[in-house]
Amino acid sequence: MSADWEVVIGLEIHTQLATQSKIFSGASTAYGAEPNTQACLVDLAYPGVLPVLNKEVIRMAAMFGIAVNATISPRSIFARKNYFYPDLPKGYQISQYELPIVEHGELFIKDAGGNDKRIGITRAHLEEDAGKSIHEGLDRSSGIDLNRAGTPLLEIVSEPDLRSAREAIAYMRKIHTIVRYLGISDGNMQEGSFRCDANVSVRPVGQKELGTRSELKNLNSFRFIEKAINFEIERQIDIIEDGGKVAQETRLYDSDKDETRPMRSKEEANDYRYFPDPDLLPVEISAAFVDAVRKTLPELPDAKQQRFEAEHGLKADDAGILTASRALADYFESAASASDAQAQTVANWVIGDLSGALNKDGLDIEASRISAADLAGLVNRINDNTISGKIAKEVFEAMWAGGGTADAVIESRGLKQITDEAAIEAVVDKVIAANPQQVADYKGGKDKLIGFFVGQVMKETQGKANPGQVNKMLKGKLSS
Amino acid sequence: MALHEQTLTELKAGLDRGDFTAVDITQALLDRIAAHGKDLNAFITVMGETALANAGQADKARAADQGGVLNGLPIVHKDIFCLRDVLTTCGSRMLKDFVSPYDATVVERLAGAGAVVLGKTNMDEFAMGSSNETSFFGPVKNPWGLEYSPGGSSGGSAASVAARLSPAATGTDTGGSIRQPAALTNTVGFKPTYGRVSRYGMVAFASSLDQAGVITRSAEDAALLLGVMAGFDERDSTSIDHPVPDYVAGLGESLDGLRVGVVRQHFDAGLDEATGKAVRDALAVLEARGATLTEVDLPNLDYCVPTYYVVAPAECSSNMSRFDGVRFGHRAEDPKDLLDLYCRSRGEGFGAEVKRRIMTGTYVLSAGYYDAYYLQAQKVRQLISEDFKKAFEKVDVIAGPTTPTPAFKLGAKTDDPITMYLNDIYTIGANLAGLPAMSTPCGMVNDFPVGLHLVGPHWAEASLLRTAHQYQTQTDWHTRCPEAYR
Repeated sequence: MSADWEVVIGLEIHTQLATQSKIFSGASTAYGAEPNTQACLVDLAYPGVLPVLNKEVIRMAAMFGIAVNATISPRSIFARKNYFYPDLPKGYQISQYELPIVEHGELFIKDAGGNDKRIGITRAHLEEDAGKSIHEGLDRSSGIDLNRAGTPLLEIVSEPDLRSAREAIAYMRKIHTIVRYLGISDGNMQEGSFRCDANVSVRPVGQKELGTRSELKNLNSFRFIEKAINFEIERQIDIIEDGGKVAQETRLYDSDKDETRPMRSKEEANDYRYFPDPDLLPVEISAAFVDAVRKTLPELPDAKQQRFEAEHGLKADDAGILTASRALADYFESAASASDAQAQTVANWVIGDLSGALNKDGLDIEASRISAADLAGLVNRINDNTISGKIAKEVFEAMWAGGGTADAVIESRGLKQITDEAAIEAVVDKVIAANPQQVADYKGGKDKLIGFFVGQVMKETQGKANPGQVNKMLKGKLSS
Repeated sequence: MALHEQTLTELKAGLDRGDFTAVDITQALLDRIAAHGKDLNAFITVMGETALANAGQADKARAADQGGVLNGLPIVHKDIFCLRDVLTTCGSRMLKDFVSPYDATVVERLAGAGAVVLGKTNMDEFAMGSSNETSFFGPVKNPWGLEYSPGGSSGGSAASVAARLSPAATGTDTGGSIRQPAALTNTVGFKPTYGRVSRYGMVAFASSLDQAGVITRSAEDAALLLGVMAGFDERDSTSIDHPVPDYVAGLGESLDGLRVGVVRQHFDAGLDEATGKAVRDALAVLEARGATLTEVDLPNLDYCVPTYYVVAPAECSSNMSRFDGVRFGHRAEDPKDLLDLYCRSRGEGFGAEVKRRIMTGTYVLSAGYYDAYYLQAQKVRQLISEDFKKAFEKVDVIAGPTTPTPAFKLGAKTDDPITMYLNDIYTIGANLAGLPAMSTPCGMVNDFPVGLHLVGPHWAEASLLRTAHQYQTQTDWHTRCPEAYR
């Protein structure tokens, strides 16, 4: 990108709230059921049915608002957004328009220089999701699946404070982390529980007014968002540099072609005729309710990261990685507390071998094949010199494969480190005796040969001798 | 007294005494419906078999000393209430084949109390109309003169009670749709406070104005039914959790000290002279019973109709959107694409008045017009509510005419929607302010009935019913029946 241009991005994130039932009906919100088996008469918008608000969404929205230091509106209003589409059964979507439940929030991301950067959150409002139209596999007709219709969404709208795709991703990851910490969304992007629209524009550096923006729709993976935004930035700069004008329009990202292209203009020429929904009363929220919700808030990622650095002495990067998910942080803390070793050592294992193994098997931390207590057991055996770090890798593999605790694996495979002075001395003497030439060379000044001798001793003991002890003893014998 | 001549209260007493059975009543009324229902075009569906079966059940329950307060008593439902496994048409081609998969709360509560449903009554399409002429099933005739309109939109309910085909009917009232037809057919029409009766299962026209109520032959019968229908329903967020008094028990209290407000603006030029006289005579009767008359002001009365015709169409335009030909209701044949499916399904399914209101409502909610129309109307609505609030600081009940004139001929106003809309000038205010209101027979003008309109503050159902009941103890207007239906 040319240095003459400033990028301006605002995100609208739709996060599905993790309620058992829908926002205005009692139907289940579980994902993946047979089409239309989780749509009741209210979801189908039968004549005469009425919406009844699921109070759980109010609590969840308030939790989010508190977490991002926002105002929780004492009075918010549901409005009808009117448009026709077959997957919108009522012919209107119930949303919040003029008075949303959450306003004036903020969060902090790291900018390119590693400094905290404030990103404003304009508002977050509650609304219902639409159903799905299905076009594949049907001959000259479309199918409608209304299982998703009425699923609660919290739409989180940022200020246009983001200045690059990287910042946009950092912001989105942060929101993703927060909603999962709060337990208000599973954040599953594949299932569409967490998706976003991006408003992107560019302007010459120093210009005050914003450039014309395009809205990129329905971005459902971090990678696509980054690519779509970067494509869009280049596209807009090219247009302006060629003397053209950016059109204000809605564009879809095509991940196969890695490009954005305009949606048909018909779909955006809507006048939604918003008006307050007369079927629903205004939502009144008391200060006492907000206080009660505040008390239930878990420790949030930023606070947890700072505590991990201060309390456990972790490196900042590692604390960041471990607190990216509440489950991972919990795993780490539980392993660290069960371990006699330094917390950083435990962190290294969690971030290193454990995360590697999880990735390889495509598992979440919740499904780890090694419990936090068992990982602590492994680290403890390194710490008390029962096994070496190298043997520990082998023990870890065995544990991952279902071999039981570290102690069980060490026992069954006879991996216990040899620390008995006499036993090690015997092997050391044998190695020295068997390699007179190398002994002579070492004594002649080739210090590096110490590695050779250690290696030979380890080979003889199948890696079970304590390397530190071997090293010390060899040096002593060879220098005499 | 023949069974069809008796009120609900009288039938209830007869059943209790064992003078006759629920099956006797049901059969007698089904016979009357068969004899007169077609001429009046009052019914869309007659439920003969299920009615007799339910009456049989009611008799069995009574024999076992069981059954609710309405056990075995007949009723008919306006065809706007969903009734499981029964056609629910709303008087529209759009829903002419729609069989509801569930019961409305009103239907459920009345059935739970043992009421026997005889059938479902004709109505203006989706309750939009004041003459019953917008029904896809044709207009209902007024039993007082078959070439006259019974009023609307609950015209079928009013006509069936007036012609003694059923002692009671449910109705809905968005701008006067219970009270105006009650006035024009010499029946009692009661619209409760907004939120008093659940709207669940009642097909919505204008959600912030719609309220279910009843059409009966006496205030006593209205009180009996309201006690069953009223009360909080968790399926309707706008229903209000407010205690339900024993409406029947309060009817006997005297009117001593009751402050009755007479609205100055009600007796302006728009009111038919003879109708005005009948209403004044009725006020004198109330005074004689111990009430005091006080003049009150409703300065914004003239704005009721224009305000209503912004708010109601706005909500209507959105409420009607679900009728899109996709999931239920009328669907156009062989649509060539989605837009064609929408346009033709709705174009064919809805009648002219519904379309007029959808278009008006869409217009007033559109970008650039919202503030000037919808928002402005909401402000005026607030002023109208405040007018009532002020008036009710001085009086307990407001009394006046229900309609400006007695019944008009079918077709007389169909080409002039504005004149038709003005028919509801006295009734609309109660809907805009969410107040309870009723109409009770109070005279005859050229052999056509006149209604006395009573409006109370929120939750004043009991005092309205008592006022009407005390009036009915002194007069016999409410007992009069058109000759052909005695």
